[in-house]
Amino acid sequence: MKNTSQKSLKYNPSITRNIGNKALTIISALFAIISLLPLILVISYVLIKGGSYINLDTLILEPEPPGDDLLSAGGIGPAITGTFIMTVIASMISIPVGVGGGIFLAEYSKSGKFAKFIRFGSNVLAGVPSIIAGVFIYAIIVSTKILFGSMFSGIAGGISLSILMLPTIIKTTDEALKLVPNDMRRAAFGVGASKFTMITNITLPAAFSSISTGVLLALARAAGETAPLIFTALFSRYYITSFDDLFYEMGSLSVLIYNFALEPYEAQNQLAWAASFILVVLLLSLNILSRWLGTLGVFSKNKV
Amino acid sequence: MLQRVDKATTPKFLLKRRPTLEKLVDVGFKNIVVAMASMVAVVLFSIFAVVYYESTESISRYGLRFLFSSAWNPVTDEYGAFTAIYGTLFTSIVSLLIAIPLGVGTAIFITENIIPKYLRNLIGIMVELLAAIPSVVLGLWAVFIMEPFIRPFLNIIYKQFGFIPFFGTQPLGAGMMPAILILVVMILPIITSISKDSLNQVPSKLRQAAYGIGASRWTTIFQVIIPSAISGITGGVLLALGRAMGETMAVTMIIGNSNNFSWSIFAPSYTISSMLANQFGEADGSQVSSLMYAALILMILTLMVNIFAQWIVKKLSLKYQ
Repeated sequence: MKNTSQKSLKYNPSITRNIGNKALTIISALFAIISLLPLILVISYVLIKGGSYINLDTLILEPEPPGDDLLSAGGIGPAITGTFIMTVIASMISIPVGVGGGIFLAEYSKSGKFAKFIRFGSNVLAGVPSIIAGVFIYAIIVSTKILFGSMFSGIAGGISLSILMLPTIIKTTDEALKLVPNDMRRAAFGVGASKFTMITNITLPAAFSSISTGVLLALARAAGETAPLIFTALFSRYYITSFDDLFYEMGSLSVLIYNFALEPYEAQNQLAWAASFILVVLLLSLNILSRWLGTLGVFSKNKV
Repeated sequence: MLQRVDKATTPKFLLKRRPTLEKLVDVGFKNIVVAMASMVAVVLFSIFAVVYYESTESISRYGLRFLFSSAWNPVTDEYGAFTAIYGTLFTSIVSLLIAIPLGVGTAIFITENIIPKYLRNLIGIMVELLAAIPSVVLGLWAVFIMEPFIRPFLNIIYKQFGFIPFFGTQPLGAGMMPAILILVVMILPIITSISKDSLNQVPSKLRQAAYGIGASRWTTIFQVIIPSAISGITGGVLLALGRAMGETMAVTMIIGNSNNFSWSIFAPSYTISSMLANQFGEADGSQVSSLMYAALILMILTLMVNIFAQWIVKKLSLKYQ
């Protein structure tokens, strides 16, 4: 028996293919570690460095104009409310339109030509860079002063965010409704329901948790977007005090981070870190919430 | 059949018609839903139409010269986007080349049974959470933490290899290299999560068959698993390319924003989106039109990449059902 190593059924770690396998496994583990490293670094820096600048004043005060003779740079209160308001405006536009579009794709025209075109279009729209949405809204709303003569406004910012949310919501609604078994639709028709009743009472509730997962993910993406806001909503240091203020410049967390990170003053930079702490905590919790919602549904992706 | 039934003995079967209101609601609902679906097409076409319309002045004045000139002078009204187009393509392609092995490698690591399942799920979730961090926060991190950290290493490369034009200038802070690295961080989660999904969809029969005829783990991965998941992986890579081209905030904060063309990856540069973010607010007259022309080029680039991605996924996808 000369070639025992080749004929033995025992695992021999020293032959070439086993060494090669080990090496490749270690390389892939290394790649995974390298990929995780930035996440851990970014999150820990934002939580530790940003968290250390958080106090009650930071949360509620208005930011002071930049200058180096200041003891405190104020706070990020208006930016928090601004982000909240613009995300609400964006949701009010994109949730009805997106869910409606998804209902059309899944319930009325599963594989028609028009439906295929709309699916393709929403994929393309999802790939449009976010700054283009800002340029577009600037061209049709800000520069034309179409909204009662106001130029830069929170409403324009909200509309540009809604363009970014739309494709995600359409896609998840479409896919969530497709997961609802056809038996339920036939049963509803069988007891005499109209299509409208069937959709609103049977399929939409059945797909609710998956749809809300998609809506929350879209919301999280919109709340963190900066590029569409820098020339639609611009930035403002003041709280909004009346309904009219919606038609003027509005601050947001993300634009505050962008503006204050590039200021040469330490106090402003600290505010940028504090704002990213709030933003990251908000977005991560929205993401985790949406994951949890996704596991609840009867017909969600994770279960079927 | 119905005529034969004795009307006197059987109770009359009630064939109730739907009330008009219910029918109206039904038809109305369908029309509303169709209108909402059409909004996608309307928005998409109007984005194109508006950006094209706003840039007509520049297109007719500069034509294709715009693509190959790197002049950007609002005083003499001379505009060209070569630096920005080169910056966009160079940063996105180089970052993609770095991110593909890292992302696909990670995806293989968390779909193979190398480590326990709960650890693999944990890594998968963490990678997806990385995608949730907004780009402006990554930009902030890049400016204050990453760039000061890597500058000494870049300086070593400059001192050793400075004779190569790509490393020809001293790294002094913001520049193309930090922008490429932050782009890698941004597109890694996209490549990893899409590759992971398509690797998971490969039927286990294929793997078992490969093991059965004596293939080792990595022979199976390279010869069987990756070829059968290639459509999804390619789609994810192209999607990531589109995202890298359009990425704005993190790149704007770290690339240095200079329109002077340089071969060196340590020198400040521009991308189309960072040029838009920087100048659009204060621009007027023919500068707006030139910026819109640049925006149109960016749209066409990302559109081509996206359509190609959708086409290749359809073309390459193998059906296992």
